[in-house]
Amino acid sequence: MISPETSPPRSSSQSPRSPPAAPFLYISVTDPVKLGNGVQAYISYRVITRTNLPEFQGPEKIVIRRYSDFVWLHDRLAEKYKGIFIPPLPEKSAVEKFRFSTEFIEMRRQALDIFINRIASHPELKQSEDLRTFLQEDEETMERARSQETGIFKKPADLIQIFKDVQTKVSDVVLGKEKPVEETDPEYEKLKHYIFGLEDHLAETQKQAFRLVKRHRELGQSLSDFGKAMKLLGACEGNSLGKVFSELGAKSELLSIKLQKEAHNLLMNFEEPLKDYVRAVQSIKVTFADRANAFRQHCELAETTKLKEINLDKLNLMRSDKVREAEMEYRELKAESEQATRRFETIVRLMNEEIVRFQEQKTADMGLAFHQFAKGQAKLANDIADAWRSVLPKIEACSVSSHHG
Amino acid sequence: MMGPETPFGFESPPVREEMESLALSDAPSSDYRSAMSSSLPTAVSAASVDAGGGDPLLYPPHHLQFSPSSPAYGDGGDASSSSASSFLEPPSYADVVFSPFESQNNGGSDQGSFVHRDCSPRSARTAASDYLKIAVSDPQKEQETANSLVPGGATYVTYLITTRVRSAAAGEVETGPIEFSVRRRFRDVVTLADRLAEAYRGFFIPPRPDKNVVESQVMQKHEFVEQRRSALEKYLWRLAEHPVIGKSDELRVFLQAKGKLPLPTTTDVASRMLDGAVRLPKQLFGEGPAAQVAPQDVVQPAKGGRDLLRIFKELKQAVTNDWGGVKPLLVEEDKEFLESKEKMQDLEQQLSTASQQAEALVKGQQDIGETMGELGLAFIKLTKFETEEGVYNTQKVRAADTKNVATAAVKASRLYRELNAQTVKHLDTLHEYLGLMLAVHSAFSDRASALLTVQTLMSDLTTLNTRIEKLEAASSKIFGGDSSRLRKVEELRETIRATENAKICAIKEYERIKENNRNELDRLDRERHDDFLSMLKGFVINQVGYSEKIANVWATVAEETSRYARDRN
Repeated sequence: MISPETSPPRSSSQSPRSPPAAPFLYISVTDPVKLGNGVQAYISYRVITRTNLPEFQGPEKIVIRRYSDFVWLHDRLAEKYKGIFIPPLPEKSAVEKFRFSTEFIEMRRQALDIFINRIASHPELKQSEDLRTFLQEDEETMERARSQETGIFKKPADLIQIFKDVQTKVSDVVLGKEKPVEETDPEYEKLKHYIFGLEDHLAETQKQAFRLVKRHRELGQSLSDFGKAMKLLGACEGNSLGKVFSELGAKSELLSIKLQKEAHNLLMNFEEPLKDYVRAVQSIKVTFADRANAFRQHCELAETTKLKEINLDKLNLMRSDKVREAEMEYRELKAESEQATRRFETIVRLMNEEIVRFQEQKTADMGLAFHQFAKGQAKLANDIADAWRSVLPKIEACSVSSHHG
Repeated sequence: MMGPETPFGFESPPVREEMESLALSDAPSSDYRSAMSSSLPTAVSAASVDAGGGDPLLYPPHHLQFSPSSPAYGDGGDASSSSASSFLEPPSYADVVFSPFESQNNGGSDQGSFVHRDCSPRSARTAASDYLKIAVSDPQKEQETANSLVPGGATYVTYLITTRVRSAAAGEVETGPIEFSVRRRFRDVVTLADRLAEAYRGFFIPPRPDKNVVESQVMQKHEFVEQRRSALEKYLWRLAEHPVIGKSDELRVFLQAKGKLPLPTTTDVASRMLDGAVRLPKQLFGEGPAAQVAPQDVVQPAKGGRDLLRIFKELKQAVTNDWGGVKPLLVEEDKEFLESKEKMQDLEQQLSTASQQAEALVKGQQDIGETMGELGLAFIKLTKFETEEGVYNTQKVRAADTKNVATAAVKASRLYRELNAQTVKHLDTLHEYLGLMLAVHSAFSDRASALLTVQTLMSDLTTLNTRIEKLEAASSKIFGGDSSRLRKVEELRETIRATENAKICAIKEYERIKENNRNELDRLDRERHDDFLSMLKGFVINQVGYSEKIANVWATVAEETSRYARDRN
């Protein structure tokens, strides 16, 4: 629907909320098209990549992708880049009827565009091979990659993780440790408290914003009906008064259209960003879980390693022939433990950077959303004032002329 | 002088005197709508003293010389247009928006309602009425006296009604007290409304508040009482503003007579039926006066009375009109009236729709204001949270931005609420006129029933004449005449004479009602034009004023956040 431009550094369809990437990796998600039949119908999008980076296959590449491809990319990144707040995806639609409404499709397209561009501008994520796969591989390769990861039990990696978690919980209980091991860093505690509270507050504002959109639509409908009724009433009246009614009715109907427009603007540029904010916060919570897991593993392995070391020393003293075996086990375990510790520390480091980025990004995102909101409301109010003001001359004309006309 | 029992042709001199003095002290109400000209002494000399000419005071049924052309009535045009144009000078939006609309019902306060905003057509009518102030207040519970069937007595509520009448013009002698204070209960209001309906047939009488039987059980007592108090006040004002009814004795007595309301109450249907049933046998057997329709009775419709025979006859006539193949001897032929009737029906339908849509619009405005307010509150909570827990500078900036938006949203919400309160007041005109359609129906049905009475009497005469013919024919066959039959013929001729008189009376009444209809239709058209224009103007100015204010609130925020849009680009 929007044709890609060839020369300017930024495509016109790129959402204004995505930050610019440098040197130069621009992606746009466009042209939603309904494919397939009946229950299996889905929407496909055109993903256009324009770049000068050497890792890519050329200056421009166009591929066709669907929502589940984006989900694949998201999940791969979430697995590989623990500690980083992966940009959130728009929700899967629960309601069948709504899935193919123009509004929903547009909202999703916009959200996907923002998603992919956020990845493209993240210093770590943009180097991901999965991203390159997503942006460049043909549809069959993509489908193969995707189907490997889907299924009721999701990915094998997840399955293993689930087992590990259960295992840990069981061993905790067995060892008499009721509570899982947790960090006690006070700053981290503060952050967690902040994020959880933030989610609640944001959810409330998003709810009200959505309601406000609905109210605009309802008022628009009322104005339209009112306008029609005024016109009909005017038909009962005499000449100049009838004209006033008619004018009033016409303006009412005009304003009804403006209200519907503003409702759409509010939805796309105010309510969506708020929803996006909520999603981002939820993504942070996932990172919290990752961090907690990493911490637990680091603690457990550290402890197990220590036990193994003690055992090894004992065996050494006893000059047992099991020493060699035990030493090998000990070295393995130690390496694993160090790995786990490193993993944990990486997550901590990344998170600290991510939090700063998050706060900056959100201030900018919300600032823009507020601006759009205020601008839209101001314009609407001015339009309303202008429309009604234009009826006044007719009213004046009617009062000046004979009363009995 | 207040009920249907007034004998035919009664002309009460005291009434005439009163009218003359009123005419002198009061504005020459030939142009009652123009408050300006009414104060000019030169205008007093106009038709005021000539009660026979176009004096609106002629309308009450006591004067049977109805004015065939009521020049006074329709005449307001030219004089008022010049004065009225000054009413409609465009007020500054600031005046309209910032000054509170003078509420008609100041929640039970003793102030009652004075004149409304100066530039409304309503205030011109109020200024022309006899009353300066009407207030309904101080609801009190009282016990039913020993007369009631229920031992221990039911309770009812009385209201204090205080009025102030227009004092005499400068230089004139004060004719009596000008402040009055009486206690009335709702039943009295029903009585007033019923008596007015009987005395002012053909007029568009403002409808009285409902009895609200269900609501009185369901609502909270004080809520219901307040609703009723406010409705009563409005009703009394509407009566006072009516150019004819405002000057009626019934209203005056209601507002001024201390103690028990000296108007005859409406007897219940059962008693009327019983009375009627007693008379019926006499009527059927044609025994003397009981059989004849008294001329003064035909001035009232059959339905409310005790004359069962008349009710039956008129019912039969109505059925014959509808189903019989024969056209009645007198029909509604007035083309202008039939056109007006159709117009009224059309108007009623459109008013009904418009009234409904106005309600929906008001609700829409209310909802958007409410949600905007809640959004503002949610943002305020968010701001507080970010400020308390904030660590980074970016958070502080965001908290400040959020606060601006929150404040703006709360301001906008308040403005929406004010806008809506005013909108309700303006669009209320639609609801009022819809209510008035009931009065129009009543007036038209007065006309229809008067016509039916005439038609019935004409049928009676035809029947009587036929019977005489038959009797005379039969009698002539007998040699020397049949004395008993001839006696019967004489009786019938008597009856015919009485019925002829009644017919003449009924026709006069019908014509009078037709005249009232015509005048009221003119008045309705004029007043409706002005009221609707005023409504539309008020509505529009209100919308413009508040929308501008709301726009300013948001424009400030848009300016404050504009750097975010620039940064993106």
